[in-house]
Amino acid sequence: MLLELDADQEVLREATARYLTDRVPVDRIRALRDDPAGFDAGYWQAGAELGWTSLLVSEEHGGGSISGSPLVDLTIAAYEFGVRSAPGPLASANVVAAALSAAGGEAHLAVLEALLAGETIASWAHTEPAPNDRLGTVTLTCRVDGDEIVLDGVKRPVESAGQAGYLLVTGRAEEGLTQVLVPTDAPGITITPLKTVDLTRRFSTVRFDGVRVPRSAVVGELGGAAEQVERQLQIALVILTAESVGAMQTAFDLTVQWAFERYSFGRPLASYQELKHRFADMKSWLEAAHAISDKAAAAVDAQSPDAAELVSIAKAFIGDYGSELLQDCVQMHGGIGVTFEHDLHLYLRRVVLDRALFGTPAEHRQRIAGVVEHLKERSA
Amino acid sequence: MSTGATGGSAATASDIEDVESFRLRARNWIRSNLAPLSADALVGVMRASHSDEEELASIARQREIQRMFFDAGFAGICFPKEYGGQGLTPEHQAAFSEEISGYEYPSEIQAPTFSPCAAVLLDFGTEEQKRQHIPAILKGEELWMQFLSEPSAGSDVAAALTTAVRDGDDWILNGSKIWTTGAWWSDWGLVLARTNWDVPKHRGLTVFILPIHQDGIEVNRIEMLNGNKEFCQEFITDVRVPDSDRVGNVDDGWTVGTRWMFHERMLHNSPLVTIPKGGARGSIRAAHLVEIARDAGRLDDPLARDLIGEGRTLDVVTHALQERIAVGLRSGRIPDQSAAVGRLFTGVVAARTTTLAFEIAGGTGAAWEDADGATAECGNDYLLRQVSCIGGGTTEMARNVVSERVLGMPREQALDRGVAFRDVPRGGSSRR
Repeated sequence: MLLELDADQEVLREATARYLTDRVPVDRIRALRDDPAGFDAGYWQAGAELGWTSLLVSEEHGGGSISGSPLVDLTIAAYEFGVRSAPGPLASANVVAAALSAAGGEAHLAVLEALLAGETIASWAHTEPAPNDRLGTVTLTCRVDGDEIVLDGVKRPVESAGQAGYLLVTGRAEEGLTQVLVPTDAPGITITPLKTVDLTRRFSTVRFDGVRVPRSAVVGELGGAAEQVERQLQIALVILTAESVGAMQTAFDLTVQWAFERYSFGRPLASYQELKHRFADMKSWLEAAHAISDKAAAAVDAQSPDAAELVSIAKAFIGDYGSELLQDCVQMHGGIGVTFEHDLHLYLRRVVLDRALFGTPAEHRQRIAGVVEHLKERSA
Repeated sequence: MSTGATGGSAATASDIEDVESFRLRARNWIRSNLAPLSADALVGVMRASHSDEEELASIARQREIQRMFFDAGFAGICFPKEYGGQGLTPEHQAAFSEEISGYEYPSEIQAPTFSPCAAVLLDFGTEEQKRQHIPAILKGEELWMQFLSEPSAGSDVAAALTTAVRDGDDWILNGSKIWTTGAWWSDWGLVLARTNWDVPKHRGLTVFILPIHQDGIEVNRIEMLNGNKEFCQEFITDVRVPDSDRVGNVDDGWTVGTRWMFHERMLHNSPLVTIPKGGARGSIRAAHLVEIARDAGRLDDPLARDLIGEGRTLDVVTHALQERIAVGLRSGRIPDQSAAVGRLFTGVVAARTTTLAFEIAGGTGAAWEDADGATAECGNDYLLRQVSCIGGGTTEMARNVVSERVLGMPREQALDRGVAFRDVPRGGSSRR
């Protein structure tokens, strides 16, 4: 997270932190593991009032940023989510809100309004099941049939699909990448819940069998969604990485505290050089994760030319080093670190989940290699 | 303690040039006065690619460029005006460092001349010392070396055995210093010496300055395992140093030394140095990994591309981390020992990146010819891989600093604490 927030950003951080501490303390999160939604509707609605879903939405549509850098503002909330391993589809919901505001036009204003009020949830149906789960692969078809679009294909994992009123579905028409806003009660949609590593986040497989929606359901241009999809990916990655950094910070702080309090052979763990040096390594990874997450957020916000590369770098680095940091925190704790009773797994789950969503570190490294290769050619 | 270099008190907002107009002026000047860097100028780990004549010519050119900086008003951007600097802000220096990226610059002068040597003079030097040396440094007339490490003490620099004994208004120095880069073409040394053997090690040290080329100082060049000879060792025999060339108080050299090493760790974050955005020499960069993959015929190989992606990731993350540390140190939001976090990360990343290059090079890493292009020499780079984790203070020392000074963990047990240095156990090779 940024070393310095402006006054308004600090208000958002403080309000989100206080609300989450109050509503979802660790015992509540443990209890929510058996809840089908992972949170109650009131929780999300009150969060929406704090700005969780409106920061990326333009002012004319009822949203607005607080600092002029909306995505940076949103990372402040995302970071607090990570710090507490809080429930809620923050990335998916914001991706849809941003897309509807930027490209949705008049047709989707009512849905956008409901999202901002927290009355309904919308999620992004983008990733597909293996072997079509590689970053950027889309095989779901959008076929034009008169005044209608017909969707066929499978999306998985789709976050909070079971709770969502709408899905923003990324598919492929003859004309090219296309996005359609589909109500989840449309005939032909089957939603099957999946198991997941996280205690409160929920994912499903969503099957589209000849689902028919009017042409007005298209978000943006038919066949012209490629740029918007890339933008959505960047937004999702920024939110996920900011959240992971929050979870890394909490796990690190917990483990440092443990190292001071836990005595073996008459001395604290923190006095063993072998462990001190590993804490130093973890500290360097943690600060580096803060730094690259903030840099990526600022670049996407400013739509700078290196944004696509920076989000991939943030995802590759935080995915790898974040999960290594968490596993090393587990190791430092010993047996208690792999129990349900201890809090550490809450943050381990969040970092591990975020590592696997929207492209693994290895997939992002391939994307980065493509960028570096062309950088070199340009300067040669 | 204050330093005129980083306090920014010399200039107020109203009487200094704004950063953007300074940047434009710097850009125009750089483009019309400096040559673009050749693509391979920054490649490899301490490669033994220069003859002595070429190295001397390069140093002469660097002195010349520094003089051009001085005449054009770009030398010592954050140095106080009264010593020939520009009295500008770290933001001005950052703009200059960005603009000079891709052009020749006085790379050998930045460390250790500007930081830590000139930085230590600014912090602790007498008025006469500053007036004599800072302008000369800014004009490229004086290149400085740190006479810090000794053959008997690498990480434990406070265990220095080089001795200074008072003789009237002078001091007589004897001992040996090591790991000075290019002492054979440098002018002045900043020396940490022992002035009292009867107190614990940190309390019996004093800092001096001396001209390197004088009777009584023998400079030997050290050959690295790949044939590179840029490091030197000096043998100091009965060298007379006037008391006016003492820096800081007698027996208080560790106060100076602590700050000295702080400046050394700060190097990439220091507003006193010009290091182009995109990095200093002596490291392998992601763009070079692409060249290696291309020349190895592996640019389309997903395994090679994974390694390139990793190299680029670590590269960009390192820069982001250094920026964060610089901002945090300036605003006081992070502990002032946090530069060690950057030193640790940078060292480990550079070593990893050298491994990536060696891996991409494949069999050519083991046996090559010059016609192999970028894949040639990757094997020698790999042999010297650990240099990035040793030079400038080992990563182990950085880990001690991070865990003890940043995270507040208990200090390592030391058997020399509270013991007169004379009585501290020493290995056979360093007995006095």
